[in-house]
Amino acid sequence: MRAYAALLRLRCLLLLQYRVAAFAGICTQVFFGLVRVMIFDGFFRSSSLAQPMSFAHTVTYIWLGQALLGMLPWNGDREVQDLIRTGNVSYELCRPVNLNGLWLSRCVALRSAPTALRAVPVILTASLLMPPEYRLAPPASAAAALAWALTTAGAVLLAAAITNLYSIALLWTISGEGIARLVPPFVALLGGMLIPLSFFPDWMQPLLRWLPFSGLMDVPFRLYLGQLGPGDLAGALAHQLGWAFGLALLGQWLISRGLKRVVVQGG
Amino acid sequence: MSGIRLYGRYVSLSLQSQMQYRASFVMFALANGLSALLEFFATAALFARFGSLRGWALPEVALFYGMVHTAFALAEAAGRGFDVFHLHVRNGTFDRMMLRPRSTVLQVLGQDFQLLRVGRFAQGLFVLLWGAASLGMRWTAESVFLAVLSVVGGALLFSGLFVLQATLSFWSVEGLEIANTLTYGGVEAAQFPLSIYRKWLREFFVFVVPIGCINYFPLIRILGRGDPLGYPGWAAWVSPAVGLGFFLVSLRVWGVGVRHYRSTGS
Repeated sequence: MRAYAALLRLRCLLLLQYRVAAFAGICTQVFFGLVRVMIFDGFFRSSSLAQPMSFAHTVTYIWLGQALLGMLPWNGDREVQDLIRTGNVSYELCRPVNLNGLWLSRCVALRSAPTALRAVPVILTASLLMPPEYRLAPPASAAAALAWALTTAGAVLLAAAITNLYSIALLWTISGEGIARLVPPFVALLGGMLIPLSFFPDWMQPLLRWLPFSGLMDVPFRLYLGQLGPGDLAGALAHQLGWAFGLALLGQWLISRGLKRVVVQGG
Repeated sequence: MSGIRLYGRYVSLSLQSQMQYRASFVMFALANGLSALLEFFATAALFARFGSLRGWALPEVALFYGMVHTAFALAEAAGRGFDVFHLHVRNGTFDRMMLRPRSTVLQVLGQDFQLLRVGRFAQGLFVLLWGAASLGMRWTAESVFLAVLSVVGGALLFSGLFVLQATLSFWSVEGLEIANTLTYGGVEAAQFPLSIYRKWLREFFVFVVPIGCINYFPLIRILGRGDPLGYPGWAAWVSPAVGLGFFLVSLRVWGVGVRHYRSTGS
């Protein structure tokens, strides 16, 4: 366990070095958030129909999504993917640690450190510098804040488990790379990045709640907003951790199968 | 060999190399189209909940969406060389291009022609035609001509943005993500009619980075609607020229950047 913790810390320190890139990212996120908020503003002004979520809640949801964008498993671990592509993955096999555990800790670092660096300024900008009706609101209550923090940690683990599968898929080279590109658009849609999941048709809701992706953004955000109460916390965590554990096991199984037939590329 | 023929060679080489991995090409193209199509699905879900967006219906928004995505796909395919140009600065491989007796613009453009963007192009076109069909729109020769011209103008505008992004890397290879605000952010914003935004954002997209010209003015005319923003009708025909103008200006800026270039050596 200590080896994995050390790996995690090292990766985090490294990923925190890119500060200018982070600043650029923050501007991009704030801009995207603002455009999205204005689109919803237009929709809410055009209709008096009852909506599953108020405009104020939608605004907060959008800003949280922009702040935590990096947490979504939208890309794989570039370095591990390059290792597989170049054949240097053979060095990884020499290390006296479990490959799945090694890659998973890297994924946890990838999903958390750069996100934390960007999230704080985006949250500050969105809650202080925006016009009043476009502002990110504070959590519904102290309990909501705590529930949000806990499920955000759960979301990082879940996101890491999904991210890791992108790299593992590369052990099946060509088709694997296709998977690593085909899945992220669905993650963005089903996780709540594009629009809050509650706005999707009612018949889709049970499926959306069951799939792992709602645990990435939608569930933590609705706890933050108080739409889900403290009573839902246990169920939410079980959903996240159950999927994270299941997907990590799947990764383990795929790695052991993949390695049996792996042909190291290059020479 | 003339510049255009040389570029043709570059493109055909690039296409041949992409066709070496056919299965992977097909999946990349699918993924490229899919991500944009899912975004449209989310928009359709919002229309199902709200009914309309400031007087615009879903099929009308589909036209805006389709035009900006087809234009952006063309720019992404052709302008890929500029999009990833910072790697040449970082690795010092731009030196090599400067030694060749051809213009740097031609060589950078020739680096890559990303055919997989056909995915985004196809879905954009599909959404556009779907929108037109559900509106029962009659395409006249004039409106087809204006639509095609605007897509080309839009592609030039986005290419100009890629060129500016590449030029930025002569000064710093970090923080280039800021350019995404204008490219991807511009696509995001122009998927909807410009009239739904606040004034400052609208004017930014008309007068500073004229992304609004790609689809807003031409579609107002094609749809035969009055402009809620009150811009004059001839704006529709000026728009494509604005794209060309923006592209030419960014090439001038690129020239300034090239003169400023200092190799990383190595």
